[in-house]
Amino acid sequence: MNNEVIRVEDLNFNYPDTAVLRDVNFNLMKGDFLGIIGANGAGKSTLIKLILGLLPYETGKITILGGELQDVRAKIGYVSQKANSFNTDFPATVREVVIANLFPRKGLFKRFNKADEKKVDEVLDLVGMSEYKNKLIGSLSGGQQQRVFIARALVSDPELLLMDEPTVGIDAASVADIMDIICRLNKNGMTIIMTNHDTPTLLNAANKLLIFCEHGYEEFVSTSDLSLERITDILAGKRVHKHG
Amino acid sequence: MDNIFAYDFMIKAFITAILIAAATPCIGLPIVLKRFSAIGDATSHSALGGIAFGLLIGINPILGAVIFSVIAVLSIEALRKRFGKYSEIATVVVMSAGIGLTAILSGFLKNGSANINSFMFGSIVTISDFELILTIALSALVVFVTLLLYKEIFAITFDETSASLSGIPCGAINTILMILTAITVAVASRIVGALMISSLLVIPTATSMLISKSYKSTLIRSVALAEIFTISGLFISFYLDLRPGGTIVLIGTAVLVITASIKRKK
Ligand SMILES: Nc1ncnc2c1ncn2[C@@H]1O[C@H](COP(=O)(O)OP(=O)(O)OP(=O)(O)O)[C@@H](O)[C@H]1O
Ligand SMILES: [Mg+2]
Repeated sequence: MNNEVIRVEDLNFNYPDTAVLRDVNFNLMKGDFLGIIGANGAGKSTLIKLILGLLPYETGKITILGGELQDVRAKIGYVSQKANSFNTDFPATVREVVIANLFPRKGLFKRFNKADEKKVDEVLDLVGMSEYKNKLIGSLSGGQQQRVFIARALVSDPELLLMDEPTVGIDAASVADIMDIICRLNKNGMTIIMTNHDTPTLLNAANKLLIFCEHGYEEFVSTSDLSLERITDILAGKRVHKHG
Repeated sequence: MDNIFAYDFMIKAFITAILIAAATPCIGLPIVLKRFSAIGDATSHSALGGIAFGLLIGINPILGAVIFSVIAVLSIEALRKRFGKYSEIATVVVMSAGIGLTAILSGFLKNGSANINSFMFGSIVTISDFELILTIALSALVVFVTLLLYKEIFAITFDETSASLSGIPCGAINTILMILTAITVAVASRIVGALMISSLLVIPTATSMLISKSYKSTLIRSVALAEIFTISGLFISFYLDLRPGGTIVLIGTAVLVITASIKRKK
């Protein structure tokens, strides 16, 4: 048994008139935290959607937990970019939104039980939203909703967690809280892939980095001697040699 | 005053009304929340075509309505995908086709207009034993399936992307929901009338959404409201000699408007 969580090989993807990803290759082991950095439109969300199977890729291969996507769905968590862009008048409580994501653990027809309720309490507590459990999701602030969507992704105990700009619209103190939570989960073995325009925060948390830039992307399999200045240079288009 | 329960047909009317009122919100809630309320209208107009068809070839009109409604919802589903974000076009196209078909088919009916009329506006007090049994069976099916798929329906209504990521077969559940909608519309058109069924799908849910604080309570209250509307509608229409379908719908509308204006003042 190896501990490889995801392997992406020679991945290519184009929208009808935009070339987005060219020959992307990387792999992550259990407990890795991959940060993805790049300008608007660089292809970060596209890469995440390809991994999740929300977009079909043309050439290349993605292997997750040693298998095909449909066999490992239940082990992947996802917080989408602007997760709170749902219909805010939808009559659902925080609890209802979070528990719905336990589906992979239950399967068709089965009803939720005490243990499931306990799991919901646990993740809401983790993101500091316990007291809002029975509030309508639409009545919360944007940042509070984002916390709920993080809890929703966590409720099914994913082994691989994909987060597309999860801290947008969250105040600085709460970003620190949330990154703390995510790093703790990461230390306990959860593999994380996160895009974030807040480069210092991401650099702090991630142990691997993909930087999308003019000529494609640069991969760093260690972030320990990577400085913010260097990242800025790469983003600005200055070529550097592959690292590590 | 006349005793309403002294009449056999009124007892039948109450049984069917109570069942239909339990079934319609179970379908109405997901439909309204998916911003798909207009499907009730499109389907009911196709159901009318099916009723005319049934009367023409001599099968039970409700069965004709079920068949045509199912074809209508499946056509809507197929067409929707072609129009992307403008998917409501599909609903209007199917509704137009249904109206056209009803116009042509009813032209062939000799004394059909009276019969078609009873389906347009409902004729809860003249239902046969067969129709009573059909209504019981189909309403029970709708309630049973929507409760069985409660968490799946919630998930796809709230966020279809996450639902499919978590492995829920969204396509299949959507199709089941559509077929149940067709059945509900076809059966209820006999009771409240094809022209009014979509209001029975939408009004209890809409009213309930104004006063509820969770998905579950919205569902429970919309069933309760639908029961109140239909039962009180039957009583009032009996004693005031009004058409039951129209009375039920107007009571619902009145309660909705009153609730909305009270809510607004707060
Ligand atoms: N549905 C679509 N159809 C066509 N082109 C698209 C579509 N979605 C994205 N693109 C294009 O693909 C490219 C990559 O988009 P993507 O959303 O992956 O960028 P991103 O790196 O996530 O940007 P951001 O930082 O703004 O979130 C962009 O040039 C965009 O214009
Ligand atoms: Mg993006």
